[in-house]
Amino acid sequence: MKFDTVIIGGGLSGLVCGLRLQKGGKKCAIVSSGQSAMHFSSGYFDFLDRTPDGKDVSVPLDAVDLLDKEHPYSKIGKARLTAYAEEIKGFFKGCGIILNGNPLRNGYRITPMGNLKRTWLGLDDFQVLETEGYPWKKVLIANIEGFLDFNTAFIAQSLEAKGIECRTSVLKIEETERLRRNPSEMRATNIARVLEHGSVEEKAVKQIGNLLQDEDAVILPAVFGLKKAGMKEAIEKALGREVIFVATMPPSVPGIRTQMRLRSEFEAAGGVFLQGDTACAPLMNGQKVASIGTVNFGDIRLEADSFVLAAGNFFSKGLTATPECIHENVFGLDTDASAARSDWYDTDFFNRQNYISYGVKTDRKFRCMKDGNTLVNLYATGSILGGSNALYEGCGAGTAIFSAFSVADTILSENA
Amino acid sequence: MEIQEYNISENNFEQCIKCTVCTVYCPVVPVNPDYPGPKQAGPDGERLRLKKGIFFDETLKYCLNCKRCEVACPSGVKIADIIQAAKIKYGKKKPKLRDMMLAGTDFMGGIATKMAPVVNTTLKIKPVKQIMDGVLKIDHRRTFPKYASQTFESWFRKNAAQAQEKFDRHVAYFHGCYANYNYPQLGKDLVKVMNALGYGVRLLDGEKCCGVALISNGMIEQATRNARKNISIISDALASCEAVVGTSSSCSFTIRDEYPHLLGVDNGTVRDRVELAVKFIYRLIDSGKANLKFRKDFKARIAYHVPCHMEKLGWGIFSAELVKMIPGVEFTLLDSNCCGIAGTYGFKKENYEVSQAIGKPLFDQIKAIDPDYVACDCETCKWQIEMSTGYKVMNPISILAAALED
Repeated sequence: MKFDTVIIGGGLSGLVCGLRLQKGGKKCAIVSSGQSAMHFSSGYFDFLDRTPDGKDVSVPLDAVDLLDKEHPYSKIGKARLTAYAEEIKGFFKGCGIILNGNPLRNGYRITPMGNLKRTWLGLDDFQVLETEGYPWKKVLIANIEGFLDFNTAFIAQSLEAKGIECRTSVLKIEETERLRRNPSEMRATNIARVLEHGSVEEKAVKQIGNLLQDEDAVILPAVFGLKKAGMKEAIEKALGREVIFVATMPPSVPGIRTQMRLRSEFEAAGGVFLQGDTACAPLMNGQKVASIGTVNFGDIRLEADSFVLAAGNFFSKGLTATPECIHENVFGLDTDASAARSDWYDTDFFNRQNYISYGVKTDRKFRCMKDGNTLVNLYATGSILGGSNALYEGCGAGTAIFSAFSVADTILSENA
Repeated sequence: MEIQEYNISENNFEQCIKCTVCTVYCPVVPVNPDYPGPKQAGPDGERLRLKKGIFFDETLKYCLNCKRCEVACPSGVKIADIIQAAKIKYGKKKPKLRDMMLAGTDFMGGIATKMAPVVNTTLKIKPVKQIMDGVLKIDHRRTFPKYASQTFESWFRKNAAQAQEKFDRHVAYFHGCYANYNYPQLGKDLVKVMNALGYGVRLLDGEKCCGVALISNGMIEQATRNARKNISIISDALASCEAVVGTSSSCSFTIRDEYPHLLGVDNGTVRDRVELAVKFIYRLIDSGKANLKFRKDFKARIAYHVPCHMEKLGWGIFSAELVKMIPGVEFTLLDSNCCGIAGTYGFKKENYEVSQAIGKPLFDQIKAIDPDYVACDCETCKWQIEMSTGYKVMNPISILAAALED
């Protein structure tokens, strides 16, 4: 089966790369084994929250010069990153996703603990606060009764410490009540699916209205709108108050909605998405990848002019750590992991963990290396790239999206 | 460290990190509050069941075995296999007469085809439906697929077998119960298409029902007997045929994956060569080894539904690409949704409402698109879609056959 580009990995990075290529006139296939990290999304994208030496970042583009030359952002370069940041809202809007916030500046979001945390752009229905302060005087924090993945008391405590008057309350919804039979299954997405059934959503909104007194805003768990965005505005319109959705424990309603949206957009543009299949058995032709196999396709091979590895890192099984080494699973690519296992981790869990920054080695165009040689048509994007510590630096989504942009543009220009 | 590395179960159940992504994609969870969901029914429950079998929960019967949880799992856990295996190992409820009738597609089909006109008329009569509903708990709103008066096998032996030997290359056809007893035309279409590609078709020597319905109705011993027999005759056939092809996604899926995973029947030596005809045909055409010539006047707006087991096989693209190859086809890929029938599940009175609720998004989408007909590789999806939407459903092989140049 012949494509222009075959992408391994159907998460944020793989889909963004596939969409840019497909919309640029290339025929793409994405091989995706299992669902992606988007299912664990906070509802926000981060660009760069903190420099590798621990300095807080307000304007991510200004901090790019401070990064190591192997950091994915350094490889893209400040000029191109700036252009990409200016373009990002338009790109996602073209895929039916509204991003909130200023792409050139960091803002803040409310965490499930009620604290403010630096962030960059909010997905549909998730707003970004411009300054580090809560813009309300009095809020209602409401939960669905029995939902344990969202704690109103934690949020109230943090807000009250900043002088905001809080009231907490619960919604008693008959239809979600049945989920309580099995507390481990009362999760955000299950609630969202019940809410989307018939008129349950309407009932819930009406109840929030009844609970409201003179608060200026209401904080709700992110359990609204698994299939479609716009619930923030709809509830605001119905209640005449500001509505703030706060992330719950996974699975993430906004993340899954965004993932599904990107996938349908990719398929609508003519892309082929192979869900639940695993890439394997690459066939090389000198320094080029000629084709890959998949577990489901057997002897029918996926051939392409170029290949993109967006398989994610350890959790998504792009990388595996054994007692001896850290290796890449499809091609056996070179990684930048330290040879000494003791360098991989810090015994203090909350310190920066080096293993998170490990990934595949690439050249300035994100072309991968094997046995010290560059593979000329195999690119890597997203969290499988070495050189950045997404957790410590808060740069996971930015790396996923911008490296995907960069690789797609390289492929489009080289095969024009 | 050694324990960590080598202590991996067959079903990968210890890889579960409790992320609940499986439950997000379970079609039963949003419509049936009694079902605890794949995470709880699968790996979570398994931890308890491994301690003591008394933790087995009868609500596992609500699982459709659609495998959507496995397709979604980021950690490679075989969730549905864990659930099915638990039902087999711990389930105490014996299959009822009704379950045996629904699952015994081979036995019932053998009798029914001999008396097809009587059976077909009888099954349509209202009082009969009421009795089946009241006594057997087979929902009266269901329409039984018609039985053919001549099985595909007997048609083939009389009318086609000899001509097939003129070809140099052959495939064996695993027709399954549906093509044999209910709709021999599908088998005839397969013969037509394979012949057009330069391949002769042979029957297997004594094909048994693949057992998909036997497994889901707890008739494991019979399923295992069938599996052993099928693997043995498939193995014999492969000595002279290039592959064993099927036209039912669930039959092919069962032989390839359920035999080793659930019945412990090893298929390692034949598995790669048991596939759906669409995949075999796609390979031939894609590699330039054969070609199909289509009519110039063929026109159809077709919406393709990927059955759950096809989704798990990952082969929906082969059917889609073949149908799209036909000039004059306007093609729509339907969203990935379960139709709700899940083989015999939807026929049971207690599951009717759930079954229809699961299928609703699919039915709504089909009605909105308003195609000339729906394409689908699974016979039970076909019954469900035809019954619930009124749109005709055709197997991709039959569509190819209809579009072939005479």
